[in-house]
Amino acid sequence: MWGKLTWEAIPLHEPIVMVTSAVVALAITGTLVWVYLKGHFPYIWKEWLSSVDHKRIGVMYIVLALVMLLRGFADAIMMRAQQSVALHSAGFLPPEHYNQIFSAHGTIMIFFVAMPFVIGLMNFAVPLQLGARDVAFPVLNSVSFWLTATGALLVNISLFIGEFARTGWLPYPPLSELAYSPGVGVDYYLWALQISGVGTLLTGVNFVTTVLKVRAPGMNYLRMPIFCWTTLASNLLIVAAFPILTATLAMLLLDRYLGFHFFTNEAGGNPMMFMNLIWAWGHPEVYILMLPAFGIFSEVFATFSGKPLFGYRSMVAATMAICILSFMVWLHHFFTMGAGANVNAIFGIATMIIAVPTGVKIYNWLFTMYSGRVVFEPPMLWALGFVVTFVIGGMTGVLLAVPPADFVLHNSLFLVAHFHNVIIGGVVFGLFAGYEYWFPKAFGFRLHEGLGKAAFWFWIVGFYVAFMPLYALGLMGMTRRMQHYDIDAWQPWLLVAAGGAVLIGVGVALQVVQLVWSIRHREQLRDVTGDPWNGRTLEWMTASPPPMFNYAVLPDVEGEEAYWMRKQSAIERQALRPEPEYVDIHMPRNSAAGFICAFFSTIMGFALIWHIWWLVIAGFVGAWAVVVVAAWRDEPEAVIPAATLAEVDRANRAARAAALPTLKPAL
Amino acid sequence: MSTDAVVIQGGGVAGGAMALVGGHAHAAALTEEAAHGPSKRIVVGYGFWIFLISDIILFAALFATYAVLTDATAGGPSGRDLFELETVAVETGCLLLSTVFCGFAGIGAQARKSALYYGSMAATFVLGATFVAIELHEFAGMINAGAGPSRSAFLSGFFALIGCHGLHVSAGLLWLLTMMAQVYAKGYRADIMRRLLCFALFWHTLDIIWVALFSLVYLVGVAR
Repeated sequence: MWGKLTWEAIPLHEPIVMVTSAVVALAITGTLVWVYLKGHFPYIWKEWLSSVDHKRIGVMYIVLALVMLLRGFADAIMMRAQQSVALHSAGFLPPEHYNQIFSAHGTIMIFFVAMPFVIGLMNFAVPLQLGARDVAFPVLNSVSFWLTATGALLVNISLFIGEFARTGWLPYPPLSELAYSPGVGVDYYLWALQISGVGTLLTGVNFVTTVLKVRAPGMNYLRMPIFCWTTLASNLLIVAAFPILTATLAMLLLDRYLGFHFFTNEAGGNPMMFMNLIWAWGHPEVYILMLPAFGIFSEVFATFSGKPLFGYRSMVAATMAICILSFMVWLHHFFTMGAGANVNAIFGIATMIIAVPTGVKIYNWLFTMYSGRVVFEPPMLWALGFVVTFVIGGMTGVLLAVPPADFVLHNSLFLVAHFHNVIIGGVVFGLFAGYEYWFPKAFGFRLHEGLGKAAFWFWIVGFYVAFMPLYALGLMGMTRRMQHYDIDAWQPWLLVAAGGAVLIGVGVALQVVQLVWSIRHREQLRDVTGDPWNGRTLEWMTASPPPMFNYAVLPDVEGEEAYWMRKQSAIERQALRPEPEYVDIHMPRNSAAGFICAFFSTIMGFALIWHIWWLVIAGFVGAWAVVVVAAWRDEPEAVIPAATLAEVDRANRAARAAALPTLKPAL
Repeated sequence: MSTDAVVIQGGGVAGGAMALVGGHAHAAALTEEAAHGPSKRIVVGYGFWIFLISDIILFAALFATYAVLTDATAGGPSGRDLFELETVAVETGCLLLSTVFCGFAGIGAQARKSALYYGSMAATFVLGATFVAIELHEFAGMINAGAGPSRSAFLSGFFALIGCHGLHVSAGLLWLLTMMAQVYAKGYRADIMRRLLCFALFWHTLDIIWVALFSLVYLVGVAR
């Protein structure tokens, strides 16, 4: 009846797990009870869970990412603590638990922190920047989000029921095959990623279509903000790369569930094929995360330097060059496979070539600041910290791209230091810059500046203290994922690294405090005009928070930096443009399809993991029924009358007219 | 909404999905575009093309895997021992013919000729279901003969690649029935016409993929 699921699946003998589970269960129950008692359920359901508004979905993505960041960070702290004490001893985490922790840490940080955060910011900002009212497929967008949430939920259920994979963040066979990983851990990993991967793929389809087909009149390709370009590149990569991930994981599933021999050691199976396939997805994935961060930095550098972005067209070209090159370097993840010197050389050189367009970008950002009026607000601090940190990470990457050097450093802590260097110093800093930058737009008030700066300094110092020692340890020969070790010389470095993790922890705590403080004092921090940073792109033209239809009248775009041009002419004339003519518009109605579909997907995923076949069928039928019911709707759209549009728009126009005399003309 | 109907009726009578995709939208859409953005029909069709590209990449990954594993027979049977071209020819005939009827269904929907629409959709379904049935029969025969997917990596690759296509056709059949029911319940509404367009694109893509499967798996497999 219940497949492989028995009471044994609950790890009662592991106090760390049980205490964590209890705390999490208590927190969730507490929140639900509080929401219920306060009577917030109808509001949350109508305005958030069933919303198809891209801005709301974007915020939910980011909330998911931030919650998962806490989980992933807790894993990181445990790993650093374990390695600090595990000299000549077993430490406090048993090997099977430690292996699950590093696997969960990587999986969560990439798939359920970085990905939802990136997609969340795209969701929030891109339609606004394009001058559109929503993405191309709003209901599909909601489905995407909830499928991602399903994946995150399954990974977290594994903490309490059963176990998680012990194979690392990519389940390399033959270790991940049934013979060597007979438990449900790898199955949790696989189904969580298959389901959230469908969500990500649909996001890719949605955003490629949005950027290419849903733009304001006059918004030519070469007038789009750079963040839209990087979003396009990133989503093209999603469309091209995620199907490979789906196929690869499906093959591993077939091996594990139906006795196929894709990656086994027997019957002609070929484990190295898994490495090729997974990295054919995995390397583009790096740029799926990185490119949008580059876009955010481009917006931030231009805004906080008071200048247009230097070399806009070269930035576009560099973005698209990276988009293509990212598919040509996957083999550098396994130079030690033994493909031969010539193959390794080709991939090594291809890898180094990526440094060229990336270098173009770095210089463009530096020249953007040159002779600008640089304002050191928190988003700009993250951007500056990024440039310095990312250049270091990039250089160690070029080092690893030299095959002979890679033979020495492969799978050492040098590698771990390198990819944290680029992912934290590049992606995470970019995401935090975007979070600080667009927060006032999303909620109508700023985040506390001082706390934001303090968080930045703890993060960046903590980052260097935590990860620079890992470079040294890698060169000293320490490999990754060690549960314990016997070399005395390593321990001091590991203790320093643990200290760095604590500093980052202070940074995280300060960010939480910043958020709570800012919400409580939001009246003080209110953004009245909708343009708190003296912005340049269209999203700063509408109110903060934007109305659900974004723009009462679609903006006419007459050049690059559409909003900046309008603002300058308004300052010159000391008058806004004449009031536009308002006409009725259609907006999509809310839909519960995403939420309910994900509910059934969660059931189906859980049932697949535990081999509960009748429940699998029930889950599938439920999900299909939701799709059909959603397709049966007669009125998927509602009319918003011109009067409402006029009312909302006039309020914003009044605020802007009042602020106009205080604005200074450009340099 | 109203412009959509106009656009689709203006789509010509050349038949099938290609006519539905064809661009007659411009005159009506240009003024529409300034106020509300581009027409839904264009956006939906475009988005579905992007999805189909991703689906083709999924098949590309399986094709590549099959190519790598094609000699990894582990002492078991190879394609030459197993493939029966006569059966596969019948399968191919069913699928190609079903595509023709799928095109007729598109014409029927555009011309609002319900008999043509339902008849063609039903024919498409029967031919598609026959295709799936023959494939399942072929699979069952192979498994009973000890040449199932667990026998060798080559057979794993074969069953996954062909099976993935068969799964797509099966999903397409489910979608087809849903579309028949939708037209029955709601009529030829603009949003339903857009879904029909997507369905037709999906069905034709499966056909194209089958041509590649037939050539590269069966024909090459027998010739090797």
